[in-house]
Amino acid sequence: MFDFDYSFFLEVLVGGLLSGVMYSLVAIGFVLIYKTSGVLNFAQGAMLLFAALTFVSLVERGVPFPLAFIATFVVMAVLGMAIERVVLRPLVNKPPITLFMATLGLSYVIEGAAQLVWGTQVHGLDLGVDDTPFEVSGILISKFDLFAAAIAATMVAFLTAFFRYTRIGLAFRAVADDQFAAFAVGLRLPRIWAIVWTAAGAVALVAGLLWGARLGVQFSLSLVVLKALPVLVLGGFDSILGAIVGGLLIGASEKLAEVYIGPFFGGGIESWFAYVVALVFLLIRPAGLFGQKLVERA
Amino acid sequence: MAQDEIQLVVDRLEAIYNHSIVALHGVSLTVRRGEILALLGANGAGKSTTLKAISNLLQAERGQITGGSILFEGLDVSRTSPAELVRRGLVQVLEGRHCFRSLNVEENLVTGGIGRGSSRAEITSDLERVYALFPRLREKRKEISGLTSGGEQQMTAIGRALMSRPRLLVLDEPSMGLAPLIVRDIFRKLKSLNQSEGLSILVAEQNSTVALQYADRATVLENGVAVLEGPAATLRERDDVKAFYLGESRVSTDGAPTHPRAAEPMAPAA
Repeated sequence: MFDFDYSFFLEVLVGGLLSGVMYSLVAIGFVLIYKTSGVLNFAQGAMLLFAALTFVSLVERGVPFPLAFIATFVVMAVLGMAIERVVLRPLVNKPPITLFMATLGLSYVIEGAAQLVWGTQVHGLDLGVDDTPFEVSGILISKFDLFAAAIAATMVAFLTAFFRYTRIGLAFRAVADDQFAAFAVGLRLPRIWAIVWTAAGAVALVAGLLWGARLGVQFSLSLVVLKALPVLVLGGFDSILGAIVGGLLIGASEKLAEVYIGPFFGGGIESWFAYVVALVFLLIRPAGLFGQKLVERA
Repeated sequence: MAQDEIQLVVDRLEAIYNHSIVALHGVSLTVRRGEILALLGANGAGKSTTLKAISNLLQAERGQITGGSILFEGLDVSRTSPAELVRRGLVQVLEGRHCFRSLNVEENLVTGGIGRGSSRAEITSDLERVYALFPRLREKRKEISGLTSGGEQQMTAIGRALMSRPRLLVLDEPSMGLAPLIVRDIFRKLKSLNQSEGLSILVAEQNSTVALQYADRATVLENGVAVLEGPAATLRERDDVKAFYLGESRVSTDGAPTHPRAAEPMAPAA
């Protein structure tokens, strides 16, 4: 490459990073639940779809935006707590694979229920943010992507403050550290799990709206979980920071790979390149970049 | 002895793990208000299982109680959640400390207050009490507990339990992996809490020498059964007890020891 086009490279990079934020949003939902209960909640994608579908259906029926948002949040909170109560609590202390299968099944039940309640047609979702790109020193940046990144940053700041400065946040970190000790200390785990599932529902709602606005609210929306998995492998399943960094890395590397390596394969590598990165990562650092290392005195 | 002086009654307790492995078959013991009871026994005798059953923590380890009963101040423990037991004043320091490793020392202590449901003011004053008892913890309060020494972790775990304002403190092998001097220091502090505040203590120990030195009474387990109980002072005198039940082969010089129960039975446990 004799005349490397830096501004083009930067544009691809920034575009990739911003689209990575969208992956991070989905991944954070996984992290919240995995950290506190060790469950890889495969139903996170279905929850995301369910949230977006509920919201868009309410709006289409004339409910104003803020009201629809609150109503959907309540629905997601109830759904989250119901899942914890009905499906996961009876399975406490079962092997991880059992729990994983339960959430996999759950994911189809939620999708089916969403279909039953709201029908199967594709809905458009307009959040009132136009997707026109604007130019910053020669680089085109999507306004919508920036908006999504700002939302994600706000959410992460909120979650971080919550975990650091509140009692329930401290209890959450304690449970994440040592579930058995948390039981012995007298922390009320069922209550903590209910809160975590509610939080995961809220994250699913936010991610669902952004993804829905991007792709349209349709059933393939639940497949964004497949985009979150490589992010989790990269960042670590139990780190919110990891979910962010992992999302950025995956987003950037898949866009760059598509542009610079893709042509050698005849294009179309964006859809699977993330998995290549994840596989390589599994070999060198199985716990992920920010996954829990055992804090132990040597 | 008046009935209301008895704080904890474990009666013919039986427990299994994974629906099949029998861990306890007939453990009985009582803790009276204001006393220190040592629960002794060799590795695998069932000390930890008994203590976990007392805090209703067996289910969290795929175990369950299959017979007998546990009453704490008249409350059926097997029907009470671990969280509720802590609120009622039955608090356990687990085997191997189980500090929250990535939390700092003070945050660890605060979780004990949260477990009890203490107010902010109560937590602040309880922290002062714990720091007064273990000045070392005050120095280390902002350090990640996973990076502190074994002794400091044990102090953190005990301090965390004290933050819940226990009326019966249960400790599982507090001496494990610690230097003798630190063990002595910890037991001394437990004894002073016991004497100054009337805190009842149930402590499981493999280190019977130390435990019998500070305890008022002791119950001995063998293969999941309580086989002996009596005043600590009496048990201290008997080398044969150590040889048989506690896995310490410091036996009298005249050949094989006789089985203590065959010799002169003290008060065999019910």
